[in-house]
Amino acid sequence: MTSELNADVLNEDVMIQASGLTHYYGPQPAIEDVNFRVKRGEVLGFLGPNGAGKTTTMRIITGFMPPTQGKVTLGGYDVVEQSLQARRKVGYLPETVPLYTEMSVASYLNYMGTLRGMEPKRIKLRISEVIDVCRLGDYRKTIIGKLSKGFRQRVGIAQAILHEPEVLVMDEPTIGIDPIQVVETRKLIQDLGKQQTVVLSSHILPEVSMICGRVLIIHQGRIVAEDTPDNLAQRLQGVDQLQVEVGGPPSEVLPALQRVKGVTEVTHRRQQNRDVYVVKVQQGQDLRDEISRAVISSGWSLLNLQQVGMSLEDIFLRLTTQEELG
Amino acid sequence: MRTVQAVAWKEIQVYFGNPMAYIVGLIFLAVTGFFFVLDLGNPFPEASLGNFYQGATIILILLAPALTMRLLAEEQKLGTIELLLTSPIRDWEIIIGKYLASLVFLLSMIMLTLYYPLLLFFFADPDPGPIYSGYLGLVLYGSAALSIGILTSTLTSNQIVAFVVSAGVLLLLFFANTGATAVGGFWATLVNEIGMRSHFADFDRGVIDTKHIFYFLSVTAFFLFVSIRALESRRWR
Repeated sequence: MTSELNADVLNEDVMIQASGLTHYYGPQPAIEDVNFRVKRGEVLGFLGPNGAGKTTTMRIITGFMPPTQGKVTLGGYDVVEQSLQARRKVGYLPETVPLYTEMSVASYLNYMGTLRGMEPKRIKLRISEVIDVCRLGDYRKTIIGKLSKGFRQRVGIAQAILHEPEVLVMDEPTIGIDPIQVVETRKLIQDLGKQQTVVLSSHILPEVSMICGRVLIIHQGRIVAEDTPDNLAQRLQGVDQLQVEVGGPPSEVLPALQRVKGVTEVTHRRQQNRDVYVVKVQQGQDLRDEISRAVISSGWSLLNLQQVGMSLEDIFLRLTTQEELG
Repeated sequence: MRTVQAVAWKEIQVYFGNPMAYIVGLIFLAVTGFFFVLDLGNPFPEASLGNFYQGATIILILLAPALTMRLLAEEQKLGTIELLLTSPIRDWEIIIGKYLASLVFLLSMIMLTLYYPLLLFFFADPDPGPIYSGYLGLVLYGSAALSIGILTSTLTSNQIVAFVVSAGVLLLLFFANTGATAVGGFWATLVNEIGMRSHFADFDRGVIDTKHIFYFLSVTAFFLFVSIRALESRRWR
């Protein structure tokens, strides 16, 4: 395992490697044992309800704060030990867009460029380019405090891509801006994703499906699923686990349940003098009908049959599955 | 070094583009001007800046915190600190840049008072020694006061808290000598050495003692150092 990990770190194509990330704010872990890997050129989405640990993860990747435990390398540099080198490779758009409201768009970008150690000539060139890319042309000299929220978001993106970072990290890039601007922002991120590695977070399912090539679902500080958006959508169809309560001798019920076609695994436990069976079912199949029939036809009583809230589904229910306004 | 410059330059632009700083400058001039002319009521006024220095050191207890309270507290409030700390710059570059900016504003404020000695030289025949040494002392004193303000601004995202705490610390340091009489022996010496006023007194008298220069420079260095560590620790909190 260890040697495999090392090989991956050495692999040129791995841009971000996070292993065993745990972070505590007080006694409760905000994230716990988070592991993931982002390849160069990949667009990875963190999907999860609010408070799942997305922002914490982003802050750790960008070197804003170190994890309580675990390690992140970015382009081969440890974000804690070799923080400066790692930070040079990152463009970051935090959830609340960090802007100096009293500065003009151009002078703000100029300041950010200087902080990133860019040459004055290159800053000038890049400011023109990012202002084009983010369509801020008419607002070059405008004081940021006077811009609308959507435009501020664009300024935030402009500063994040100004120094042509290898990794672009965006925390909820479309939150709180109006629907038309959301569409534009997504388009912009899609375009950026063609050239660089992008990590973004969102609590909106369609958004992530639209932009990202791969999705990590994070819930209560843990990564609960990782797949392409299409595969994730497929996995959601049907039921994966059933909890069945049967009045009958366990020694007979157990094999009977196992005989039902499509059942992969049955476990039995006594719970307050009742026999409870957890039935695992092949992905995508709904076997409630078959199971209830098998129980009743054997002369036992079916006391309870319920879908065990598959964690993924639970989480998806909490996600915004529709475009919300505002 | 370019990043220190960039941080400092950005803050200087904010200072000079912001009414708040001008209000602070105005109050400084008004109060020091008042102390400067205070002596004129005497039948035999003395051609010295002693009163001005007294007034300046007192008003700086309020003005230095007012100048520095915004510097880091606001970054924390706006969230721009996240941008600073994820940029490839070191924590000390942020603190030193901000400190230099406040020092530049303080120096320009002090420079505006240079017409007081000019008036003296024009209308009277003052002793130049205490005037030069007094200004040196004022700059050193101001620099120490600013560094205390920087620390409190680093520790909180609330500018009012930053202001009140650093003004309180400055007040204590300023009037420590008065308290020295209440305790005796070793403690009296210690409190006297920590207090700012006893170290400023010699400059006012025209004496440039390296001990006092060292004192103010150490205070500045100490508080800036703690500020840097406090900013670093922000990552761990």
